Amino acid sequence: MVDRTTAAATETKIQDPPWHRRLVESLGDLREALRRNPTMLFGLVVLGVMAVAAFGAPYFGLPDPMRQAPIERLRDPSAENWFGTDMYGRDLFSRVLHGGQISLMVGLSVAFLATVIGLAIGLVAGFNRRVDAIVMRFMDALMSIPAILLAIALVALWGSSVPNVILALTIPEVPRVVRLVRSVVLMLRDQVFVQAAIACGTSTARILVRHIMPNTIPPLIVQATYICAQAVIFEAYLSFVGAGTPPEVPSWGNIMAEGRRFFFQNFGMILYPGVFLAITVFAINTFGDGLRDSLDPRMQRRV
Amino acid sequence: MTETLLEVEGLKKHFPIHGGLLNREQARVYAVDGVSFTVRRGETLGIVGESGCGKSTLGKTILKLIEPTEGAIRLKGRDITRLSRREMLPHRREMQVIFQDPYASLNQRMRVQDIVAEPLGNFDTGSRAERLEKVAALFAKVGLRLEVMHRYPHEFSGGQRQRLGIARALALNPELIIADEPVSALDVSVQAQVINLMMDLQGEFDLSYLFIAHDLAVVQHISHRIGVMYLGRVVELTDKASLFRHPQHPYTEALLASVPVPDPRRRKKRTVLKGDVPSPVKPPKGCHFNTRCPYAVERCFHESPALREVAPGHWAACHLR
Repeated sequence: MVDRTTAAATETKIQDPPWHRRLVESLGDLREALRRNPTMLFGLVVLGVMAVAAFGAPYFGLPDPMRQAPIERLRDPSAENWFGTDMYGRDLFSRVLHGGQISLMVGLSVAFLATVIGLAIGLVAGFNRRVDAIVMRFMDALMSIPAILLAIALVALWGSSVPNVILALTIPEVPRVVRLVRSVVLMLRDQVFVQAAIACGTSTARILVRHIMPNTIPPLIVQATYICAQAVIFEAYLSFVGAGTPPEVPSWGNIMAEGRRFFFQNFGMILYPGVFLAITVFAINTFGDGLRDSLDPRMQRRV
Repeated sequence: MTETLLEVEGLKKHFPIHGGLLNREQARVYAVDGVSFTVRRGETLGIVGESGCGKSTLGKTILKLIEPTEGAIRLKGRDITRLSRREMLPHRREMQVIFQDPYASLNQRMRVQDIVAEPLGNFDTGSRAERLEKVAALFAKVGLRLEVMHRYPHEFSGGQRQRLGIARALALNPELIIADEPVSALDVSVQAQVINLMMDLQGEFDLSYLFIAHDLAVVQHISHRIGVMYLGRVVELTDKASLFRHPQHPYTEALLASVPVPDPRRRKKRTVLKGDVPSPVKPPKGCHFNTRCPYAVERCFHESPALREVAPGHWAACHLR
């Protein structure tokens, strides 16, 4: 009996589908979601353009964003300098494009770090009552401090550099992720399939990784986009008040901070980075909203 | 003499209700309140009772999915009552479970082959390919086609999902399967298929079942012996034939009388119970059934009756027998 079924099994190829087919499958899902949700597509396209503009900026043959030419300072927009020049004669267009690198890097890094750290803490807190009591009180305390003040204090403490800014913006975001993950874990912990896993001898660690974690990913991805948008704004904010990236590095916040004093000579120093910042944040949020809609089980396509 | 596989003695599970200032215990739900029985090798013990009588809690407590309050559970002679999650692991191989809801008991995000292979992965050191081969054999055993192995649960019907649940329960080659209302979520025609599958598997693997259900007809079909539960207690425990022929407890009598008879001429006078099941938070003093029993006497309100052997092999908990 067993021999026969085993033979039959070998015939019908009982292997897992190869990884590339699974990848194609999930990419197909994404394409389907984009087709049904044009606003999400819009967000994604705008973000893509931003990323190419920012990270491709060094290869576009633009003037060096750091090169000073005092004689050309505070020029109006021209064919040569599309956005004009700043008070040291640096090309504003080049600076704004390069500045996008910092914003996007900080946004993505903060979103990734906050999600990963929050996921780990949230999983443990949701499954272990004793850890939960301690960790959640600590998170509550952390949440009671305004995020931007905490970030300013941390940068002041550690000194201004891009990694420090990323870390300083990550810490205030972690509690929100922990709360989200914990609530999902608490909901799933009593589900029958988790009990079934316990009954068939699955260890707690494996239950967390195989049964609980995959179910926390969709809401986490959505949360991550909002954190990303928030971090982009906060990075600009920190740079603007002088607690962010070092002043010689072009970032949207820095450029606007410098432009403050030359508001009447070259309004573009405030306008252009501000517009870029607004468009980027808007695109991230649109993309996040679209993701939320397509990952929501109630919105799933019906089979 | 057949070997005793599972022995439950005076098992209690009380859920405390916390509330008020300082979160003190305000009351208790007496979900399972002193249950004793044994399950022999190769036997099916049916547990019937109305919803809320504690039969599912009983199953979960035996599985150690929830911690028992009092009493003892012995599996193949070894006491597992106070074992921790980790200490329970080796015993999980011998005792598996089939849940009621075939939708909730399968993780929607896993392929069905991985769901069935999960118990194997927990104990087996074999390679993944070997495990998948075993899964394929299990699929054949429970009547599922091999082509569906890497689909997801939502692509299956209720009956097929329950077959998946059975395959998962069989994976470790257990000796005892606790089936918690395994067919009550299925259509009647599918119920019969699943019940017959379970009976075939019992013959093939010498399985024992603790079969929890509220449907008397289903329990009658599959069980060798039947225990009747009322408000957390077993009120009658005997083999199938004598339960249906000579019910000893007034509650069993009423339960049997409530089964609809599809023949108008054979309809006899029914004893229809009055009132509702009392709340398990405040079970009545004495015999739990005294609020609804047509024969209750004074003694029933003071003293709770013990389960006594009223005829050879026939146990009932009633003062009047």
